[in-house]
Amino acid sequence: MAKILMKGCEAVAEAAVRGGCRFFAGYPITPQNEIPEYLSRRLPEVGGHFVQGESEVASVNMVYGASTMGIRAMTSSSGPGISLKAEGISYLASCKLPALIVNVSRGGPGLGSIQPAQSYYLQATKALGHGGFRVMVFAPYSLQEAVDLTYEAFEYAERDRNPVFLLMDGCLGAIMELVELPEMKEPTDENTKKWNLSKKEGEKRPPRALTPIYPEVILEMENKLRGELYKKWEKEDVKVEEFMTEDAEYIVVAYGIAARVAKEAVLTLREQGCKIGMIRPITLYPFPKQSFHKLDYDKVKAIIDIELTIPAQMRDDIALEVMNRAPIFEYGRSGGNLLDDDGVYDAIMKVIKEVG
Amino acid sequence: MATEYKKIYQRPYAIMPVMSGYCPGCLHSLATKIIAEAVEELGQQENAMHVLPVGCAALGLLYWRGDMVGAAHGRAPAVATGIKRCCPDRLVFAYQGDGDLAAIGLAEIISAANRGEKFTVIFANNSTYGMTGGQMAPTTLIGQKSTTSVYGRSVDEAGYPIKMAEIIAQLEAPAYVARFALNTPKGVNEARKGIKKAFRMQLEGKGFTFIELLTNCPTNWGMSPLKSLQYMTENTMKYFVPGVYKDVEVEA
Repeated sequence: MAKILMKGCEAVAEAAVRGGCRFFAGYPITPQNEIPEYLSRRLPEVGGHFVQGESEVASVNMVYGASTMGIRAMTSSSGPGISLKAEGISYLASCKLPALIVNVSRGGPGLGSIQPAQSYYLQATKALGHGGFRVMVFAPYSLQEAVDLTYEAFEYAERDRNPVFLLMDGCLGAIMELVELPEMKEPTDENTKKWNLSKKEGEKRPPRALTPIYPEVILEMENKLRGELYKKWEKEDVKVEEFMTEDAEYIVVAYGIAARVAKEAVLTLREQGCKIGMIRPITLYPFPKQSFHKLDYDKVKAIIDIELTIPAQMRDDIALEVMNRAPIFEYGRSGGNLLDDDGVYDAIMKVIKEVG
Repeated sequence: MATEYKKIYQRPYAIMPVMSGYCPGCLHSLATKIIAEAVEELGQQENAMHVLPVGCAALGLLYWRGDMVGAAHGRAPAVATGIKRCCPDRLVFAYQGDGDLAAIGLAEIISAANRGEKFTVIFANNSTYGMTGGQMAPTTLIGQKSTTSVYGRSVDEAGYPIKMAEIIAQLEAPAYVARFALNTPKGVNEARKGIKKAFRMQLEGKGFTFIELLTNCPTNWGMSPLKSLQYMTENTMKYFVPGVYKDVEVEA
């Protein structure tokens, strides 16, 4: 299939439609506005529904409603809006409803800045809402990867009966790249028909309820099942790119747009004879623990966490797996300032000089 | 010759044959019954889709026979929006209390009404937060005592009780807006007819329909059931006046 030039937000929106999404509700916030704008005109073309909600809170709850009917549904926002959606995301998880939530991130905390940043790692991986649930967090670093992950997201969401989170940053949302769009999937409720509340004309079946209220015994049982699901993700669903790590003495860890900049620095340093590689988590949750366990710590002199945020947020997850077997350094930019090749190169060189 | 008996009254199909767990004298039970009757009279048992709120009315999960979705506090109209847009042929209704609808869920109810979403919201107004133990609600009457207004609601601090039916009726989009009081048989009969009319109008695609039901809370008002009904006549209904506030069928 031919590649076409698309803007990040629009490519994700189109990939969602092709992945079977037929309901979107959202509220304007920069830098993700192109997603609702695109879907407001695109969804009606395929018999889908678009609602501009009165708030992020309402929008995620509209998605919740649509999902109960077995419709593939999504919402999108950026940090301040995702905080508002936290209530609904927790309810989606509680009610075991699939949905896709896209976060095109900007600077934080608070209102932060509207410029690109990676300031929501902790929120995305640890605290998308109350109650101790987890969701799979996909973090693409190119538009093709964003398209592919979005297209697959509903399959994961329906398989697990759990929302899926796509964490982009403002750079990826705004840039244009060539993408190959996947085939249009016809919407089906094959994966959800055992529990969804829709009814074909004249269909009779026993009444069904989808509620976030559980008796104690059931809630404990459901939480145990959740725990097992999250462990299964770690075994089966980790996505990671290990780039030149085999003989590496220095390991850069970066995801999303930061990984893109860092990869350039790794390539430059390799050309200069430096044994450096990169671990790029594609699923931030489940975190690619094995990639850190299998490093040869007799060789590894330093781990360098590069993120478009200050202070680094992924560092704790890295440290848990490195277990003091190598020193960890961090470098980032924040406030809407971007990482650049020279900055990242210099930061890595500084570590190399320090560690020797 | 054996006497022939004819069944003239029975529990509506849409209510499970279980004991009600609502407090003695609580009108939620009655409201549940008349909604179920309206559903049944329209032959919508299989087609009804009930959106439950947070609060006492969430107990509907135990009593209602039909498809149900539990919504977060105040968000029932947003959840119903998602459902009705995707499945426009279903009879969708949300049942919400006054904290749920008139406080935390104000944005959702006003916006759904203003968009003219084609579902029905039934608003049980009992002037208190029942489930959490009787705190002041946006609908608590002036001077009415609650656990967070022990000397009675003061206008100075809490403003006036909010009149949801009147507010929603002045929006352009809603098709039918009415308030009924469930403390007398006459009020109950009118309410049943009103709910049925709202459901029928929804099925005919006429637009957003809103029914406010004045109810009681003997437990948190600290009154006997009978006294609470009398209190409603003497106080609640004087401030929240029952009546039809908007009806596009009459206007046309």
